[in-house]
Amino acid sequence: MSDRVLLATFEHEDDLLAATDAVRRGGFEIVDAFTPYAVHGLERAMGLRPSRLTWVCFLCGMTGALGMLWFEHWTASIDWQLDVGGKPWNSLPSDVPVAFEAAVLLAGFGSVFALFAVSRLFPGKQPQIIDPRITDDRFVLVIDEANAAFDAAAVRSMLQEFHVLAVEERVTTPGGELQ
Amino acid sequence: MSSGTATLRPPLVTGDKTISDVTNDICAPMARKPTALWWAAFGLSFTALIVGVAAVWYQIATGIGTWGLNKTVGWAFDITNFVFWVGIGHAGTLISAVLFLFRQKWRTAVNRSAEAMTLFAVMCAGIFPLIHMGRPWLAFWMMPYPNTRGPLWVNFKSPLLWDVFAISTYLAISAVFWYVGLLPDLATIRDRSEPGWRKRITSILCLGWNGSARTWLRYETVYLLLAGLATPLVFSVHTIVSMDFATAVIPGWHTTIFPPYFVAGAIFSGLAMVLTLMIIARKVMQLEDYITMTHIDRMCKLMMSMGCIVGLAYGTEFFTAFYSGNGYEQFVFKNRALGPFAWAYWTMVSCNVVIPQLLWSKKLRSTLPVVFVIVILVNVGMWFERFVIIVTSLHRDFLPSSWADYAPTWIEIATFVGSFGLFFTCFLIFCRIAPVIAIAEIKGAAHLKKRPSAESSSKEKAA
Repeated sequence: MSDRVLLATFEHEDDLLAATDAVRRGGFEIVDAFTPYAVHGLERAMGLRPSRLTWVCFLCGMTGALGMLWFEHWTASIDWQLDVGGKPWNSLPSDVPVAFEAAVLLAGFGSVFALFAVSRLFPGKQPQIIDPRITDDRFVLVIDEANAAFDAAAVRSMLQEFHVLAVEERVTTPGGELQ
Repeated sequence: MSSGTATLRPPLVTGDKTISDVTNDICAPMARKPTALWWAAFGLSFTALIVGVAAVWYQIATGIGTWGLNKTVGWAFDITNFVFWVGIGHAGTLISAVLFLFRQKWRTAVNRSAEAMTLFAVMCAGIFPLIHMGRPWLAFWMMPYPNTRGPLWVNFKSPLLWDVFAISTYLAISAVFWYVGLLPDLATIRDRSEPGWRKRITSILCLGWNGSARTWLRYETVYLLLAGLATPLVFSVHTIVSMDFATAVIPGWHTTIFPPYFVAGAIFSGLAMVLTLMIIARKVMQLEDYITMTHIDRMCKLMMSMGCIVGLAYGTEFFTAFYSGNGYEQFVFKNRALGPFAWAYWTMVSCNVVIPQLLWSKKLRSTLPVVFVIVILVNVGMWFERFVIIVTSLHRDFLPSSWADYAPTWIEIATFVGSFGLFFTCFLIFCRIAPVIAIAEIKGAAHLKKRPSAESSSKEKAA
């Protein structure tokens, strides 16, 4: 990514979607888009790959289930054999409910904390707020100006087609944050 | 969604709103001073909460001998309240998770407050078994931790312990689900607030949310995962609650129908409570354009179908008792319908099965006062269902000489009143400090007007 980006602001998700598609077809690199709600189809227009957080969820869930099954087995039939109404120490069916709850608990917390980690969401973070109306009713597309052939005027006129509200050039800091 | 479908389905948000109008309408009540009505409701709830705290203090200091229990009826009011509150919570998860998986977009108007309701109801529920322990300061004994008594581990074969894990997991996952859903809306409040305490607190709580499409993609994935986890979780929770009874050998409890019967009953009672809260909230907070009559109508239909399942379960229970040829089982059911607690049984049947049938009529479903009365009666009926299951199965056991009666003491009643106080106090505070409708979700689902009207956009240009 170069240190110069172009911000295009839209008013409606359909315009953003169409513009994203056109910009990407035009061979420009899209840095990111900022929207007030999850715009369905935007990930396809931007060419983002599906999230791999499902794997985190699966692994955490399996850890919870297997770990708890082992723990229940170990406590009740190895460490202190507990005779409850003459039932076998190692009866598996009675271990299932708690193992299930442990799986859900770990899978849920695991995927949420993985989301926070991957998206760098943490309390006290000073986010780059490109436009305070992004969380209200504005859709912003951020286009990289890396390409030597990048023609700002041509991009502007292309975006006009999609009812763009404003086009603005910004410089990023060395850390890649927008100013 | 194409405009063609929009003509087939009633709009999710009425009143010709733009995206920005949605933000303003939902955030407005938080910025306004509370109304006199809110203060009145809060005063009443808080008083009830104080009554409950005093009652809990007294019964813990004195011992649970202050209850009306006896050697025959060892579970009664307290466990009834526990099951009642857990059940209330289930509709919140149904709306937020199950309807999400079924892509029911209308849920976006009610899911936030239904989830809040779940959270507060499960909190209320948790209090009762804690008190029932008699020595609640030893509640940590339910956790399997290495100790100096052996270590003596908890009994993983006991449904009561399964309950500990189920309820605490349910509370934790519901809280996480609710908080993750709140993140984008907290960022909305941050960005529209003037610098001050509200902006500072929401900046911390929204974890630096900036609306990036990459974050949204991951967020949606995690939201779907949480919905997928919460759905089996909610079924497991009430299944396990029902196993507290079903794994016992008491006639009237020892039956395989309990898990589905309890889950249906839980969702039924929860929907009644969601409707109670929604009918009040939409009026008091002027959210009629968001929680429309269509929403009320759909929830009524859902509630009625659950009510029919519950009615079927009542019938099946009776038939099973008759067909089993088991004299003890038959006696319990005869005793339920005709014994000393017949009044409770028939209250339950009329409130849960007979009265909801009125909702077949579209005219009645769209008459709010009627709906309100029906949902209150369902709340009452579902409380009595748990009371009937618990008390009538116990009070006349195998040995006629040990038959006993049961009546709650004022301590038990005050504790129950206090749990309502806690629930409504929490809910009223929630209505003041958080957006009661999921702003980001309803914007995505409602397909609002394409562009603001010509005059507003020209105003914007002039500015």
